[in-house]
Amino acid sequence: MSTASAEPVVIQLRDVYRTYTMGDQVLNALDGVSLDIKQNEYVAVVGSSGSGKSTLMNIFGCLDRASKGSYVLNGTDVGDMSENELAKVRNRQIGFVFQSFNLLSRATALKNVMQPLVYRGIPLAERKEIASLALERVGLGDRMGHLPNELSGGQRQRVAISRALVGNPDILLADEPTGNLDSKTSREIMALIDELHDQGQTIIMVTHEADIAKHCNRVISLEDGKISSDEKQVKSR
Amino acid sequence: MNTFLESLRSALESIRAHGFRSLLTSLGIIIGVTSVIAVVSIVQGMSQSINAQFAGLGSNSLTIRSHTPFKQAMQGNFAKLQDSDMRVINRQVDGISHVTPVLYTNTGNQGAISYRSQSATSNIMGIGPSYLQVNGIYPQSGRFFTRDDENRRRLVCAIGVDIIENLELPKDPIGEFFLIGNNWCKIIGVIEKRGEILGFSQDNFILLPYATARRIMGSTRQDLDIQVQLLVEDMNRMEEVKSRIRRVLRKQHKLKAGQPDDFKVQTAEQLMESFNAIIDTVTAVSAGIVGISLLVGGIGIMNIMLVSVTERTREIGILKALGATRNNILLQFLIEALLLSLLGGLVGVALGYGAGALVAAILPGFPPAFVPLWAVLLSFGFCAAVGVIFGIIPAAKASQLDPIDALRYE
Repeated sequence: MSTASAEPVVIQLRDVYRTYTMGDQVLNALDGVSLDIKQNEYVAVVGSSGSGKSTLMNIFGCLDRASKGSYVLNGTDVGDMSENELAKVRNRQIGFVFQSFNLLSRATALKNVMQPLVYRGIPLAERKEIASLALERVGLGDRMGHLPNELSGGQRQRVAISRALVGNPDILLADEPTGNLDSKTSREIMALIDELHDQGQTIIMVTHEADIAKHCNRVISLEDGKISSDEKQVKSR
Repeated sequence: MNTFLESLRSALESIRAHGFRSLLTSLGIIIGVTSVIAVVSIVQGMSQSINAQFAGLGSNSLTIRSHTPFKQAMQGNFAKLQDSDMRVINRQVDGISHVTPVLYTNTGNQGAISYRSQSATSNIMGIGPSYLQVNGIYPQSGRFFTRDDENRRRLVCAIGVDIIENLELPKDPIGEFFLIGNNWCKIIGVIEKRGEILGFSQDNFILLPYATARRIMGSTRQDLDIQVQLLVEDMNRMEEVKSRIRRVLRKQHKLKAGQPDDFKVQTAEQLMESFNAIIDTVTAVSAGIVGISLLVGGIGIMNIMLVSVTERTREIGILKALGATRNNILLQFLIEALLLSLLGGLVGVALGYGAGALVAAILPGFPPAFVPLWAVLLSFGFCAAVGVIFGIIPAAKASQLDPIDALRYE
């Protein structure tokens, strides 16, 4: 585990289990995971399918709760939070980027990016302004009025990244962000994510591609719900 | 308030995005509200015009008619009012200024009339000379019956203005002869136009002297059922006269204490009330039918909303990942159902009023349609209730979705 850096700890997992019961079978998707992630870390979570990396991401993102163990996010234990409080955490502290983009298909790029701000009670005009700026930041200033199906894969993922970042979250969670993209677009998206990291963003990314994991400065490998290795590396681009 | 506005906005967007489906969803509500507003507008229009007409009627007139209590009707004993009853009222009750018998002969072919090649039907009434005073009607041309006409049972009549048109009589029909059944009858007077009640003309009638009417009914039998109309001299003594009539008639009919009356004494006001009772019943029945169709419409909305929730599962998952709370989702879907229902109500009120106005305009003799405010408010209230009641289940289902499952949903 990393030690030397003086950055504050953003995520602290202690002995976290996530247990699924199917009939009389008990399956530990996470089997006693403990880890710390500090601010401005760039973490890749790797592992084979079924290793528990998606479950771990869901727990990070407060979409799921640990069956056992504690998860402290920014100094607050998430375990005792109500459903509504979790929604608030997702809204303010977490930004999601998905493999399949998960844009609202009936909403324009701008409206997609505005959506998280709705739940903060920000007035419409202000929402528009903030969202436009966020879209310009990812280079889509001229695509604001387009529906997702009028955009290319790379553009869609840019909208998704812009939506994830519009509320200035503490952590950007990316689940196979380049999984649905061709190699050229993948490189562009990764360049964008690298840039965000350089600007100070804490990023956790699930991937099974070694190439992508190389961008990160820490790689956590999962196997059968347990951390099998956790290594720091110098990121290569 | 802000959350509410946002939910309203996204609900509106969703309805607009599925325009045609939204229309179909609301169709149940639209049809329900359209039918209630159409019926209510027509019925209330009638009610207004009837009330206006009754208001012009003399309120110091009384009508006595036979009334068979239910038990007696079951046994086949039908009550009757006879000449002798009228005579006894005339003799024994004080405070009456005018009395007239009214004998309706509009049953069977007695109502058939003809002139040259034209034939028609009409209400034929045998009446006494006081009928004019009691009912406040006057001949516009010609004359009315005299006692001599009555005594000699002359075949003379006074007609309502509709008869002129129906039989294509000359403009001035005084002195013309036409057939009532098999009897030639001479027209001696035309009564002033009375207008319409309930869309039915009040001018399609023929007045005969009472004795003549009995004669052409082919009967000298004493058991014909008549009505007695009379004017009370002093309005303030109305109740006194009514109870006196009741006592006299009960004695005349040899009714024992505890037996129900076999007749009814009604004032013009009571007639109006019974008309209004009919109107109210029609309104209530149509409201009931509409209640059912709104229920069906509500189930339709629930159905489509449930489909919509399933269809938008992934969207709900995304919204939850972006920070939507359960309440955000609940409110959004609930408001969508409410809006669909209210929009249906709005369209329904407009269509219903249009339909009512159209029917009233097309059918001759119908008073103009009238939609009272309470009907509109009630419709909207009902729609809102339907929207909330049937929207809550789909909305709750949407809000309870697990974000991970929802995001994984294809």
